[in-house]
Amino acid sequence: MNGAAAVLKALERQGVTTVFGHPGGAIMPIYDALYDSPIRHVLVRHEQAGAHAADAFYRASGRVGVCFATSGPGATNLVTGLATAYMDSSAVVAVTGNVPLSLIGTDAFQEADVTGVTLPVTKHNYLVKDVRDLPRVIAEAFHIARTGRPGPVLIDIPKDIQQAPFDGSFEVEVDLPGYRPTVVGNARQIRRAADAIQAAKRPVLMVGGGAQSAPEEVAAFARATGMPVITTLMGIGAFPAGEPQSLGMPGMHGTVTSNRAISHCDLIVGAGLRFDDRVTGKLSRFAPTATIVHIDIDPAEISKLVRAHVPVVGDLRDVLPRLTELLGSLDLADWWAQLDGWKAAYPERYKTDKPLVSQEVIALLARETGGDCIVTTEVGQHQMFAARLFPTNRARSWISSGGLGTMGFGLPAAVGAAFARPGETVVCVAGDGSIQMNVQELATIYKHQLPIVIAITNNGMLGMVRQWQEMFHAQRYSEVYLADSNPDFAKLAEAYGIEGHNVFDRETAARLVPEALARKKPVLLNFVVYESEKVFPMVPAGAGVDEMIIGDQEPDGDVAAPAVEVRS
Amino acid sequence: MSVTVRDQPGVLVRIAALFARRGYNIESLSVAQTHEPGMSRTTFVVTGEDATIEQMQKQLQKLIDVLKVIDHSEGPYVDRELMLIKVAVRGPEERVEMRQIAQDFRARIVDVAREALTFEVTGDEAKTDAFIEQMRAFGVLDLIRTGRVALPRTAPRAGANGTGAADDRSNSRPRAA
Repeated sequence: MNGAAAVLKALERQGVTTVFGHPGGAIMPIYDALYDSPIRHVLVRHEQAGAHAADAFYRASGRVGVCFATSGPGATNLVTGLATAYMDSSAVVAVTGNVPLSLIGTDAFQEADVTGVTLPVTKHNYLVKDVRDLPRVIAEAFHIARTGRPGPVLIDIPKDIQQAPFDGSFEVEVDLPGYRPTVVGNARQIRRAADAIQAAKRPVLMVGGGAQSAPEEVAAFARATGMPVITTLMGIGAFPAGEPQSLGMPGMHGTVTSNRAISHCDLIVGAGLRFDDRVTGKLSRFAPTATIVHIDIDPAEISKLVRAHVPVVGDLRDVLPRLTELLGSLDLADWWAQLDGWKAAYPERYKTDKPLVSQEVIALLARETGGDCIVTTEVGQHQMFAARLFPTNRARSWISSGGLGTMGFGLPAAVGAAFARPGETVVCVAGDGSIQMNVQELATIYKHQLPIVIAITNNGMLGMVRQWQEMFHAQRYSEVYLADSNPDFAKLAEAYGIEGHNVFDRETAARLVPEALARKKPVLLNFVVYESEKVFPMVPAGAGVDEMIIGDQEPDGDVAAPAVEVRS
Repeated sequence: MSVTVRDQPGVLVRIAALFARRGYNIESLSVAQTHEPGMSRTTFVVTGEDATIEQMQKQLQKLIDVLKVIDHSEGPYVDRELMLIKVAVRGPEERVEMRQIAQDFRARIVDVAREALTFEVTGDEAKTDAFIEQMRAFGVLDLIRTGRVALPRTAPRAGANGTGAADDRSNSRPRAA
């Protein structure tokens, strides 16, 4: 056995069944060993897509996603994917080949300082210099990636290490004295949290990405207390959006009800979230009257931005049930009367007086799937529309680049999700700008005939940038126009062997969406939509969440068509 | 602040990158091995708001190879710095005067030449600063300082005499350790 075979053996022992990757010179021994391995390799067409697919594989399944890349450009192509996974706390193990040890540091062909480049975007990384270290390093990497606050770990393996004979043992103990995540919450802190919650008159539970691994615990807590639940972009699906207790998303493009609740509440239980600036808006105006109970597994997130009055460090799966047990029912009738008032006054709405609009396409997808599918998104207006109109009802089913906001994430993420949960329908909601950032993955989707419906809401614009230019840059539209040079997306799909349709009107949309979903194979639907639609409500950057712009304020928006109300 | 780390390749880079990335300002930094094999200790001096220092400690603690982070300003500690300083000598009177000052500071002469003397000064930062001031008049040719290193003082046992501090001001300047 050589080092390369040992790598695959060690991966197998970690339960790895699927790897996303792209071969190249410095990782050829591993690809050679792959030839004899039971591990399935999915050939992506760009290493970045491999990292996103591995990331989404974790998000959809809770099992560590794995990707391979070669040295130099292969490895640097992973960087955006690793940074995306790092920001969204996704467990990924990336294995890269490197030039032989004797050439490292000599500016050899396809050499890059990969551990150096990826240092700030990984939870940890390794350069393996001795073949005997491989089993230990791989075991440590998986342990680090999936425990505590999950995150990506990179293992860089020089080619001669891959080729070196290996006769060591795979029985390794993970011994990391500097790494001991706090899983069990402190009993005194949990008691303090319970006391604070019990005393609250207007509490809210706000859950983030950390809650994706604890949906039952979140639901039990919410049921027991009757508290309203706000789900951040990363927390969508951790509590079903369809439940009456759900207020939807907070923050920059959150619901009016969520943001009002934040401004008026007297207590927030923040669970598995990090109070990102897109959630809080201007910090001094965020929940000014609230006691903050912050539960998170990463102590560094507590009081980083929003001062926690009651910090609890631990895993939600441990803390929430113990907290629930200490709580009696709360009398929130007055609070709910206020919340329901806001909900009734500010339902999801959009105007359909124009040609097709993005929102109705996304709402149509939501209606036809019932929210029981995996949704991946790219980044931009369509992402915000989808977060509001197409939230999933199940955990680990809403897969979107939140922290890094990576355009080009959604399509490869759909690939990763489809492999993580075979048989389930995946809908990739995309814009015409971001879809082009990893559009080559249509090849991967075709090859494996993955049941992915790619829904492009195509306004011929970089819509979110256009929106900001309209609102904050005096309508000076700078470099956002795409329509004059967009490809014919239906033909593009067909060129890859995928069924594609350009859709221009609502009747065709209403017919094609259910058909596409029923196909159980890849279909691309390119919806040509109104170009100037904006995402509202909106908290402008730097403003407080109580300073929302609620309605459509576009200059030409004086049309009188009735707004459509959507049940979320 | 002291950080005990596992002696792994790149561990210093990780700490330095963390400081740079999060915008922490480091006044000095020193690293060396400890008595335990495979472990090193980094001592650095940093100034900042309490919240920043707390955040810094937590971020450092997140590094996999970091075993222990101590904020010395949270209790009594001893700190020292070592300086080598080369000073110009222009005549015999100056030489005598410089030797006298060195004696007062308990500085040692570690290199003697016709035109220069090199002193070794150990002490806290105030002492090394003061020595530099004294030598400035003669003409400082070169100097190097290690940056401060520190250890927490051992808590006195009940009934024991004093805090064990012999020759030194026990340091309680805010956030310097």
